[in-house]
Amino acid sequence: MSDEKKPGLRSPFRRKLLMGMAALPAISMLPRTAFAEAPATSAVNTTGLAVTDSEVTVGILHSVTGTMAISETGSVEAEKLAIEQINAAGGVLGRKIKFIQEDGASDWPTFAEKAKKLLVNDKCAAVMGCWTSASRKAVLPVFEQYNGMLYYPTFYEGLEQSKNVIYTGQEATQQIIAGLDWVNKTKGAKTFYLLGSDYIWPRTSNKIARKHIEGHLQGAKVVGEEYFPLGHTQFNSVINKIKLTKPDVIYAIIVGGSNVAFYKQLKAAGIDLSKQTLLTISVTEDEIDGIGGENIAGAYACMKYFQSLDNPNNKAFVTAFKKMWGEKTVIGDVTQAAYLGPWLWKLTVEKAGSFDIDKVAAASPGVEFKGAPEGYVRVHENHHLWSKTRVGRAKTDGQYELIYETADLVEPDPFPKGYQ
Amino acid sequence: MFGDYSLSDLGAIFAMQGFAGLILFSVYVLMALGLAIIFGQMGVINMAHGEFMILGAYVTWMTSSAFQQYLPSLFPGYFFIAMSLAFIASGALGMLVEWALIRHLYKRPLDTLLATWGLSLILQQAYRSVFGAREVGVELPEWMMGSKQVTDTIEVPINGIFVMGLTVLITLAVAYILVFSRWGKQVRAVVQNRVMAGAVGINTEKVDRYTFGLGCGIAGVAGSAFTMIGSTGPTAGQLYIVDTFLVVVFGGAASLVGTIASAFTISQAQSTMEFFLSGSMAKVLTLLAIVAILMMRPQGLFALKVRK
Amino acid sequence: MIINSRFFNRSELIGFLALALLLFVILPLSLDIFRLNLVAKYLTYAFVGIGLVLCWGYGGILSLGQGVFFGLGGYCMAMYLKLEASSVENTKIQSTPGIPDFMDWNQLTQLPFFWKPFHSFPITLIAIILVPGIFAFIIGAAMFKRRVGGVYFAIITQAIAAIMTILIVGQQGYTGGINGITDLRTLHGWDIRTDHAKFILYFVEVVLLFACIVAAQFIRLTKLGRILVAMREQEDRVRFSGYSVANFKIFAFCAAAIFAAIGGAMFTLEVGFMSPSFVGIVPSIEMVIYTAVGGRMSIFGAVWGSLLVNFAKTSLSESFPQLWLFGLGALFIAVVLAFPNGLSGIWQDHVQPRIDRLLAARKSKPGNGFSVADGAPAE
Repeated sequence: MSDEKKPGLRSPFRRKLLMGMAALPAISMLPRTAFAEAPATSAVNTTGLAVTDSEVTVGILHSVTGTMAISETGSVEAEKLAIEQINAAGGVLGRKIKFIQEDGASDWPTFAEKAKKLLVNDKCAAVMGCWTSASRKAVLPVFEQYNGMLYYPTFYEGLEQSKNVIYTGQEATQQIIAGLDWVNKTKGAKTFYLLGSDYIWPRTSNKIARKHIEGHLQGAKVVGEEYFPLGHTQFNSVINKIKLTKPDVIYAIIVGGSNVAFYKQLKAAGIDLSKQTLLTISVTEDEIDGIGGENIAGAYACMKYFQSLDNPNNKAFVTAFKKMWGEKTVIGDVTQAAYLGPWLWKLTVEKAGSFDIDKVAAASPGVEFKGAPEGYVRVHENHHLWSKTRVGRAKTDGQYELIYETADLVEPDPFPKGYQ
Repeated sequence: MFGDYSLSDLGAIFAMQGFAGLILFSVYVLMALGLAIIFGQMGVINMAHGEFMILGAYVTWMTSSAFQQYLPSLFPGYFFIAMSLAFIASGALGMLVEWALIRHLYKRPLDTLLATWGLSLILQQAYRSVFGAREVGVELPEWMMGSKQVTDTIEVPINGIFVMGLTVLITLAVAYILVFSRWGKQVRAVVQNRVMAGAVGINTEKVDRYTFGLGCGIAGVAGSAFTMIGSTGPTAGQLYIVDTFLVVVFGGAASLVGTIASAFTISQAQSTMEFFLSGSMAKVLTLLAIVAILMMRPQGLFALKVRK
Repeated sequence: MIINSRFFNRSELIGFLALALLLFVILPLSLDIFRLNLVAKYLTYAFVGIGLVLCWGYGGILSLGQGVFFGLGGYCMAMYLKLEASSVENTKIQSTPGIPDFMDWNQLTQLPFFWKPFHSFPITLIAIILVPGIFAFIIGAAMFKRRVGGVYFAIITQAIAAIMTILIVGQQGYTGGINGITDLRTLHGWDIRTDHAKFILYFVEVVLLFACIVAAQFIRLTKLGRILVAMREQEDRVRFSGYSVANFKIFAFCAAAIFAAIGGAMFTLEVGFMSPSFVGIVPSIEMVIYTAVGGRMSIFGAVWGSLLVNFAKTSLSESFPQLWLFGLGALFIAVVLAFPNGLSGIWQDHVQPRIDRLLAARKSKPGNGFSVADGAPAE
C-alpha cells in the first residue's frame, strides 16, 4: 500500500499520454518490438477463444438506447479509450484488442441474450459491460455457464461474488462506511434522513447505512427513510418532511432523472446546501451535468473518484478522455471504473501468460494497476478492488472538490458481517 | 411524529404541504390540458404527448444556451421567449403530425394509439441522436431560483409560484379560446357533431389540424415549464404519459372542468399520502384509487352528455 | 382432410402446416442452439399475440396490460423454480437458509405465505392458469359490466400495468424487486440451463403453442367467436338480441390472459429469469405491436408477427442499434396507416389471390386434389 504514492510514474506516463500514445510503466508492459516475440496462440489460448496471432476480441455490452443510455454512455467511452490506449502501447500479449459492441437496450433479457452471443458466437476473451444491478444479475448465469469474464464498472450493493466477474466499482460498504464516519466526526452529525430510489441498490445501501449509523456511530440515529419509484419527479412532500424533522444529514441515493427533480426542488424549497449537510453516493459529475451545478453546489458525495483528483495519472486520463470525446464531456466515478476494466484485464492476462478464462480468473487476485486515475488499485481475493473512499463537495461548475480521503485503501467486503 | 413540534411549526409545515400539493396540481393541469384537448375534443390517443413536452424542454434548453452565448444581458428574461418558441415548435410539429398521420385515423381511435406510440419511439431516438443520451440541465435566471420567505417559517419556492401562475394563465386562455372565440365554437361544434358541423360550412379538417396543434403546443409549454422542476432527457416524456392519461380520463374526457377537478383531486390525494406514507406506496395507492373509482364510474368525474 | 377442412379452411390448413414445418423441422435443423433459444424466446410473445387476436382482433377489446398476465404467469413459474434453487443446501451461507437469496438480503426470516404453495409443481401449473385468469376475470367483470370499453379500457389496463410494476419493484423482499427473480436452475431436478434442456424446452413450447392455436381456432369457430365479431361491429345490436355482451367480453379477456400467462411461464423457463420489466407499459404495448404487424385478425399472423419483429429487432440491433428504434417506430406507423391487417392482410390481399389463380390454372390439369370451392378467404 505504500507504493501508491510513488511518484515514479509521473513524467513519462504523462508525456506519452499527451502524445496520444498512452503507455503504462507497469511491470508487464510489452515494448513495441514484442510483436515479433508474442507467444504462440496455441499456448495462450487453449479453450478456443477469439484470439489470433495478431488480434484478441473482447466485448463491450452496455445500453446505448433506452432509459439507461444516459448513464452507460460514459462507460462505453471510457472502455473504448482504454482499449485504444492499450493498443497504442502494444496490445495484450502482443495482440491488438478488437472489440465488438453490443447494445443491451436497457432491457435485461436483451443483456442476457447479447452476453450469450458475445460468449458463444463471438468467443470474446473478456466482456466489459453492464451497469444496473438488474442487468448484471441477468447476465451472471450466462457468464458462469459459458465461463466468460465480465468486468463490471458500477458501484453496487454487494452481496455477490463470482469467479467470472471482476467488480471494478466499489461494493456498498466501501462507499458508505467511511463517508458516514467522516460526516459523523467532522460535522458532528447525529440524525440522518435516508432517501432512495426504490430498487435494490439504494435499499441495500441504506440498510447498511442504517446498521452503521445505529450500531457504530455514538448516539446517532435515523430519523426517516423513504423510497420513490424510478423516474419520480415530485419531491415537495418529502422535502417538507425533511424540514419538519431537521436532520443533521440528508443521505440521498436517488438515481437517474429523479435526481434532477430532487435537487432542483430542494433548492427551490430554500434548503441551502451550504448550511444543510447532504451526503449522496449516487451523484457523479455525469449526473451534475443534468442537475445543473448551481442546484447542487455544496452537497457532499462519497465516491472513489472525482474528475478533479490531483494526481498525474488522472490529469493524463482526463486530457486523453477529453481529446477523444470532446472538451465538454465530464467523467464520473463509474466512467473511471469502466476505464479500469480493460487495463486490469490486460495486466491479468499478462500476469497469467494466457487468455484462458480460468487462468485469468485465478491470476486476478493481487493484480495491481498503478496507472489508475483514482490512484493505485489492487484486485482482492473476492474479485473486488481495494480502493480509497473519498468525499468531495460539489461546486457550481459541476466539479467536486476533494475534501477527505481515507488514508489507506479500503478492503472490499461484499458480504459484510453485522450489516445484513 | 408531531409530538416534538410547536403549533406554529406544524402550521407552517401544513401550509407548505398544501403549497406542495398546489404545485403538483399545476403540474398535472399543465400536463393534462394539451391532452384533454386532443383526447377529449378529438378522441385521439396521443401516446407521443410526452415527447411533445420534451421537445418544448429541449427548445428551452437551446434558447437558454443561445442566450448565454450571444445575449447574456437579456438572459433574465429568456424564459418567456423560450416558452413561446416551445409553443411554436411543438405546435408546428403537432400540425405536421396531424397532417401526415392523425387525419387518416380519426375513425380508428385505437389505431392512433399504436401509430403515435411508433411516433414517440422515433422522436425519442431522434432526441437521442441530436442531443445525446445524457440529460441536459437548463440553467435558470437568478430571479427564478430560490424561495420566497412568507413568514419566519413558511417558505415558498419561486419556480412553484411561476408554474402556478403559468397554469392559471394557460387555463384561462384555453377556456377563453374554446368557449368564446369563433374558432373555439367551431371546435366544439365539430366535437359534438362532425357531419352537421361540416354541413353548416365549418372546415372540419382545418379545425382538426389547429386543435391538434394547440394541444401539442400546450404540451410544449408544459415541457418548457418542467425544466424548472424536472429533468430533460430523451426518455423523460414517458414518465408523464400514464399519469397524464389518468388525469384526463378521471376527469371525464371531454370536459375541461373535469380535467382540472381531477388534477386537483389526484394531486391533493397524492401529496397528502406522500406525507404520511413512503413515496412508492403513495403512488401505488393513488393509482389504485383512481382505477377503482374509474371502474365504478367509468365516465369520469364530469361527463359531457353527447349523442354518439 | 375432410374433417380438417371444417376446422381449418384450405388456406388456414396450409398456414398451419407451413408453420408446423418451420417450427418443428426447419428451424431446429438449421439453427444452432443459441439461435434456437432466441426463437423460443420470440415464440413466448406469440402466445400473447394469439390471445390478443381473440380479444382485440375479434372482440375489439384492446388491452394494454397483457404484460401483467405475461408477468403473472412468468412469476408463478419463477417462484417455483426459485424455491427449488434455494434449497437449504444451496443457501447455507445465508442467515436464514432455505429461503430465496433476495429475501435474506431484505431481512426476511421466513417464507411469505403466498410463496408456500409454490413448493409444489402441480399447484404451480394450476396457479399459472388460475392466478392470471382470476385476475383478468376481476378486471373484466368490473369494467365490462359497467360498459367500460374501447379507449377507456386500454388506458385503465395501462394504468394497471404501471401499478403492478411499481408494486413489484417496491416490494423487493417478496418479489425480488427490479432485479426480478434470477438464477433459476432446475425444474423438478432437471437442469434447464443446458443446451439439451433448451432443445427439449423448445419443442415443449412449440407443442404448447400449437395447442393454443388450435384452442383459439376452436373459440373462433364456435358461436362464441361469431358473437365476438358481431359485438365488435355493433355492440348494441348484440345486446338487444339478448346476449350478455359483458360475459362474452370477460371470457375473451380471460382467455387472452391465460394464453399470455402460458407464454410468460415458458419465457421464464427459456430465459431463466423473470423481472418486472416484462410487466410494465412498454412491453405490453410492444406485444400489441407484434400482433398488429402480424395481423390482428389472424392467429397465424400473430405468431409470424412475433417471430419476424423480434428477429428484426435482434439482427438490426446487433448491427445498427440506433437505427432499430427508427425502424420499429416507422414499422408501427406503416402497419397502422397502410396495412391495418398486418402481414396476414398483405398475404390475403396480394399473395393469396395469385396463388389461387395459379392453382385454378393448374386445376384444369389432372391429378390435383385441391378444391377451390371451400377456400373462402379466412375472415
